[in-house]
Amino acid sequence: MSRPTNIVIAGLGGQGVIKASDILADMAFHAGLDVKKSELHGMSQRGGSVSSDVRFGEKVFCPMVSVGEADYLVVIDSTQVPVNAAMLAADGVLIEPAQIDESKLTNKKSINVALLGVLSRSLPFPAEAWHEALKRNLPEKLHAANLQSFALGREG
Amino acid sequence: MEDHCKDNTKALLSGDEAVAWAALDAGVCLGTGYPGTPSTEILETFAHLGGRAQWAPNEKVAFEVALGVAYAGARSIVTMKHVGLNVAADPFFTAALTKVDGALVVISADDPGMASSQNEQDNRRYAQAAGVPMLEPSDSQEAYEFTLLAIELSERWQAPVMLRLTTRVCHAKTIVRRGRAAIPAPRQAHHRQDPRNRVMIPAHARPAHHRLRAMLRDLTAWNEAEGPNQWIEGSMQLGIITSGISYQHVREAAPEASILKLGMTYPLPIEKMRVFAQSVEKCVIVEEGDPWLVEAARTAGIAVVGKHEMYRHGELNPTRVRRILQDDCSPEPKPVPGKPPALCPGCPHRIAFKTLKELNCIVSGDIGCYTLGVLPPFEAMDTMIDMGASIGVGLGMRHALPEAEARRVVSVIGDSTFVHSGITGLVEMVYNPPSTGHVVLILDNGTTAMTGLQEHPGTGRSLDHAKTGKVIFEDLARALGIKNVFVLDPATETDRFQTLLKESLNKSELSLIVARRNCLLAAGSISEYERCNEQAD
Repeated sequence: MSRPTNIVIAGLGGQGVIKASDILADMAFHAGLDVKKSELHGMSQRGGSVSSDVRFGEKVFCPMVSVGEADYLVVIDSTQVPVNAAMLAADGVLIEPAQIDESKLTNKKSINVALLGVLSRSLPFPAEAWHEALKRNLPEKLHAANLQSFALGREG
Repeated sequence: MEDHCKDNTKALLSGDEAVAWAALDAGVCLGTGYPGTPSTEILETFAHLGGRAQWAPNEKVAFEVALGVAYAGARSIVTMKHVGLNVAADPFFTAALTKVDGALVVISADDPGMASSQNEQDNRRYAQAAGVPMLEPSDSQEAYEFTLLAIELSERWQAPVMLRLTTRVCHAKTIVRRGRAAIPAPRQAHHRQDPRNRVMIPAHARPAHHRLRAMLRDLTAWNEAEGPNQWIEGSMQLGIITSGISYQHVREAAPEASILKLGMTYPLPIEKMRVFAQSVEKCVIVEEGDPWLVEAARTAGIAVVGKHEMYRHGELNPTRVRRILQDDCSPEPKPVPGKPPALCPGCPHRIAFKTLKELNCIVSGDIGCYTLGVLPPFEAMDTMIDMGASIGVGLGMRHALPEAEARRVVSVIGDSTFVHSGITGLVEMVYNPPSTGHVVLILDNGTTAMTGLQEHPGTGRSLDHAKTGKVIFEDLARALGIKNVFVLDPATETDRFQTLLKESLNKSELSLIVARRNCLLAAGSISEYERCNEQAD
């Protein structure tokens, strides 16, 4: 059985870490894969560090990504890179806000979705699958801005 | 929460959401509880799905309401975090002796590792102590199935059944396939007189205790024969007995091992555990928290290997399970500390703690966002134990401290916490006042902020934000006979707040100050709810 893909999304409370992982997990679920996702709620709502683990593949047991086993680490706030760096596998890929030209974002708050766009370049899912997942997980009034952010990240 | 799949039979759900779906599919008449991470989303989801869900003032009352529903022949769930069961422990123990006609499922959401709690108590011990059957799901699918099973068992054995969840089961999202009609339809609610089984005077409780032990023996036989336990054949060298989320870690850490996964962990299928342990060269028990399964196995004379004491602390994960299997107790690498949580910029609690610090108060604190007042830059909290403790502990300090110090003591409590367990503290203050008087400060931000902005009896709105009866703290305090009662907005009346607090500390009288200003995160929604409710009037 092939090993699941491990992704960690990290940032600060209020930056849309959980929303980004919801979109990613939902997209993988609709692609017919086994999916698990996990994070800690509670105190994280008060502006502290937040991270969320998403794993998908043929079969997933543990909902958490182990230290040193993340294939991708998506960090929404650059201060959180050192906090989460140990999660990355030796050949893992770090995706960080510097990869996005924030001045090009219609909505600055959708940096989380722009970084999903960057991540999407490395994952085997068509753009439409991402678009549908975005629409399922965001209110309609935010669709346009987030589709733009996603495209910015995906197309570079 | 969205329905994630068109046919509505398969969805990616958290364990909490899965429990709510099961409650809906089982025709649960009422879900009640008190908000507490990681259990809060169960009732919120149940209400969202159209179920009848309500917040109680605290877990004890919630438990009693749910018990009444089950006595009436209907199905109920009562939700709480692990420490909530301490509050509900009194009815929990004695309810176990009584007979329900409907179903009562007690949902305890434990928090190993204390992601959002003041302790990491292991509530499996409560099931054993009270003699309440317990199920432990390991993912959302099982959270769904075991909720249905708990309802079925509760009706069949006429007993409350505990569903023990942990943080990673409550909040992890995994795929759930729903199946309807998995259990019989609920019965019609009705009153049946049965004082011998429901009025626990000693003459009734003595035979009831014998009956409980007999029931647990029968249930053990059922669990041995057809309980929700899985024996997964694997290596003859290594066998692992596990339950709950630890099972998932074990599958990753030791894919080759034979596994006995326990779904019903009280009463245990101890003979099955014995046969399993004898079938392998080495039998290891992998469990989070207390060595509870290890103790049970060893008491029964089963040779098992437990984990090193260091793994009693915190959550397990596949890496830690590998270490347990290798008996590796070398120091674990420490994670890089993240940014700690803090009171939001502009939070009204900030003003309160700044003032308390400036006046050099000794602060007997309580549970909520405002507990963050202990951290820099405020560092203005001296004690925090459990819901409502601020008042009792503050009074005790006043009784014992030298006068100059006693006069600096203030009890600081939030609005939801005050309703939960602060009211009896206020009665104590009136009944046994310290010679220096006392000052209680209610930080009323109009919501249960810490757990995600839930309503409570002080907001005058029910779980679904509709208008209902409202407990007015200042009226309550005056009715109890507290002489000095003040209400103010700490943001717009900061100077008055400081003056009043100073004056109250200097008096040898009882004072209650309500610092009332809505939580910044909730203010918009609260205005909206109020507007809707006014229109409805």
